[in-house]
Amino acid sequence: MAVFEPEAEGIVFDAEETGGDIVGRSPWALAGRRLVRNKLALAALALFVLIVAVSFAAPLYSNYVADTDPFASNISGTVTLNGKTEPVLQQGGGKLGLGETPIGPTWHSKYFLGADNQGRDVAARVLYGGRASLEIGIGSALLASAIALVFALVAGFFGGWTDAIISRVMDLIWAFPLYLLAISLATVLLTAPNGLKIGFIHLSAGSLWVPLLIIGLVYVPYIYRPIRGQVLSLREKEFVEAGIAQGASNFRLIFNEVLPNVASTVIVLMPLMIATTILTESALSYLSIGVQPPQASWGTIIEDGQSLLYTRPWVAIAPGIMIVLTVLALNVLGDGLRDALDPRSKVRVKG
Amino acid sequence: MASPSGPLLQAEHVIKYFPIKRGIVIQREVARVHAVDDVSLEVQRGETLGLVGESGCGKSTLGRSFVRLFPLTGGRIFFDGQDISTLSRRGMRPLRRELQIIFQDPYASLNPRKRVGQIVGAPLAIHGIGDRRERKRQVQELLEKVGLSPEHYNRYPHEFSGGQRQRIGVARALALRPKLVIADEPVSALDVSIQAQVINLLADLQEDFELTYVFIAHDLGVVRHVSDRIAVMYLGKIVELSPAEELYERPIMPYTEALLSAVPIPDPRESAARERIVLEGDVPSPINPPSGCRFHPRCRYATEVCTQLEPPLVDYGNGHLAACHHPLNVDKETLARATVDQRRTPAKADESAKPTQPAQQAR
Repeated sequence: MAVFEPEAEGIVFDAEETGGDIVGRSPWALAGRRLVRNKLALAALALFVLIVAVSFAAPLYSNYVADTDPFASNISGTVTLNGKTEPVLQQGGGKLGLGETPIGPTWHSKYFLGADNQGRDVAARVLYGGRASLEIGIGSALLASAIALVFALVAGFFGGWTDAIISRVMDLIWAFPLYLLAISLATVLLTAPNGLKIGFIHLSAGSLWVPLLIIGLVYVPYIYRPIRGQVLSLREKEFVEAGIAQGASNFRLIFNEVLPNVASTVIVLMPLMIATTILTESALSYLSIGVQPPQASWGTIIEDGQSLLYTRPWVAIAPGIMIVLTVLALNVLGDGLRDALDPRSKVRVKG
Repeated sequence: MASPSGPLLQAEHVIKYFPIKRGIVIQREVARVHAVDDVSLEVQRGETLGLVGESGCGKSTLGRSFVRLFPLTGGRIFFDGQDISTLSRRGMRPLRRELQIIFQDPYASLNPRKRVGQIVGAPLAIHGIGDRRERKRQVQELLEKVGLSPEHYNRYPHEFSGGQRQRIGVARALALRPKLVIADEPVSALDVSIQAQVINLLADLQEDFELTYVFIAHDLGVVRHVSDRIAVMYLGKIVELSPAEELYERPIMPYTEALLSAVPIPDPRESAARERIVLEGDVPSPINPPSGCRFHPRCRYATEVCTQLEPPLVDYGNGHLAACHHPLNVDKETLARATVDQRRTPAKADESAKPTQPAQQAR
């Protein structure tokens, strides 16, 4: 049936002509419209949501599908392959026939991606590892943004000495090579015998909070800088002066006038920041100073897979692919968000 | 001193210098911009005082200092008899209800992320007037008053034209029913046809709300239409203060004469017949203003005395004041009757230097 669809015919109605709603379209709604029109960004968003969903469903997979404990070593475990019972770790194997080789990827058993050198299910560990990596990545990006936002608003708004002091402290953090700072912080925190005690907060050395806090802290200046600059220019805008002329308090000026205008910058930075923090988390975990065993993260699994690279490459490749997909999706999403939220963007809005 | 029955706003020797700072952490002042340099004037209840001058002459700074957007360098400002020049921002708050400002740029002065209702209702919310419902009613009434539709309540500034945006700015300034409104070049960012609309709106509102205006502009044509009295500023100083019509008919200060000769005349024949005075050179830097009369490097009547003595503000009768050593359009008798205005003359000016001679032939 031939239905005349103007949009499909390439005819686009302008919002003004079709008579809009009397309720104005907020800049957020307009940005949302632009984002929805960006198919690539939507696909990236879908991919990211999918990765998050399957990662957080890890317990379901290990309990009901694979029926294994991905954190307990399973050196003497067995598996039924083609009706035969075989050990998960086979003696010999590979070209040299030395040491033990875990079983590889197979469709016929629960070891869908094979096992690692302790006989643990790699598929389940990749999912659990993804959960840890995403938790740390998203958590530290949120933490860094929150801290940076508060300091940037205060420094940019009040200027003068406040700004000078806060900005120099940020420069100090920034002056350290990022990984060196993270490594030294991690070394100190992870070697504390009874974990870390700050007031009521007690962190054990193996807690996911340790890498989360470290990564969150080292990235603060990277978000602080652009936002402070923006606040600095917004502060001189006439609508802030208008607020002063009306008798608004500083608190009100910061939260009602300035904050709504920097929110879009934070939103654009967020996916890019999460991508970066996930990469950093993986790097630190790979170096054994991020997530601690028996916990898994994509970084630790790659480290586990390193020794099996010749015989069972999938142990390292699987988490690697997950990292690449996640970071790629987040970067594309970040680009899409920037195009949608930037008022100067060239994407036209059609009704 | 000014009492509640006196002028609504009185400025005494108001000074505002902007420091120019160098250095990264330890900043030192290397120079200062003399934006407003010892200005005294008063605004009577119900009148419109026009404030004109070239760009950079300090008229906007003066207007903004009336609403205390920044601390003053010196001098005092009385609003309704109360000294507001040293009040803190908290101390100013109750006075904000009576003292409002309309900004020049209708694009920069409205927060792009807020709805019109929030923008116009902000002053009401800040001063805790009414509940949410009552505020909405008041805002919609205001929108109607300024010629917008109450249905625009939920729209965003980017959905309006420049003229409509300026109406939003006017509605916001009037939300608290102020007594005095500083209009800081309210129409200079608008098309000419829209300018007339906004000016007529301001005039109508002045009647409805019994407003007093300080109307800042660089367009003498606009100012003539709206003002009762006009103050002419040059490089941070008041050089002439006069009832509006008298200023146009009988400018005393050569700078005013030059400004008036630049007002376009719609009739081409009349326009061709008129002598146009083109000022030479640029406005001198307000960082390092000229000695004596600040206008002397560009004045075609200037003599030796102008370079050395700063002229006092002289009262030529009928509320017409001018600061000039060589007044124009003044006959011998008027000059003899004229007296130095002690109160409004800047402190650094020479009070004994009352002009004795009308202007000689132009150079």
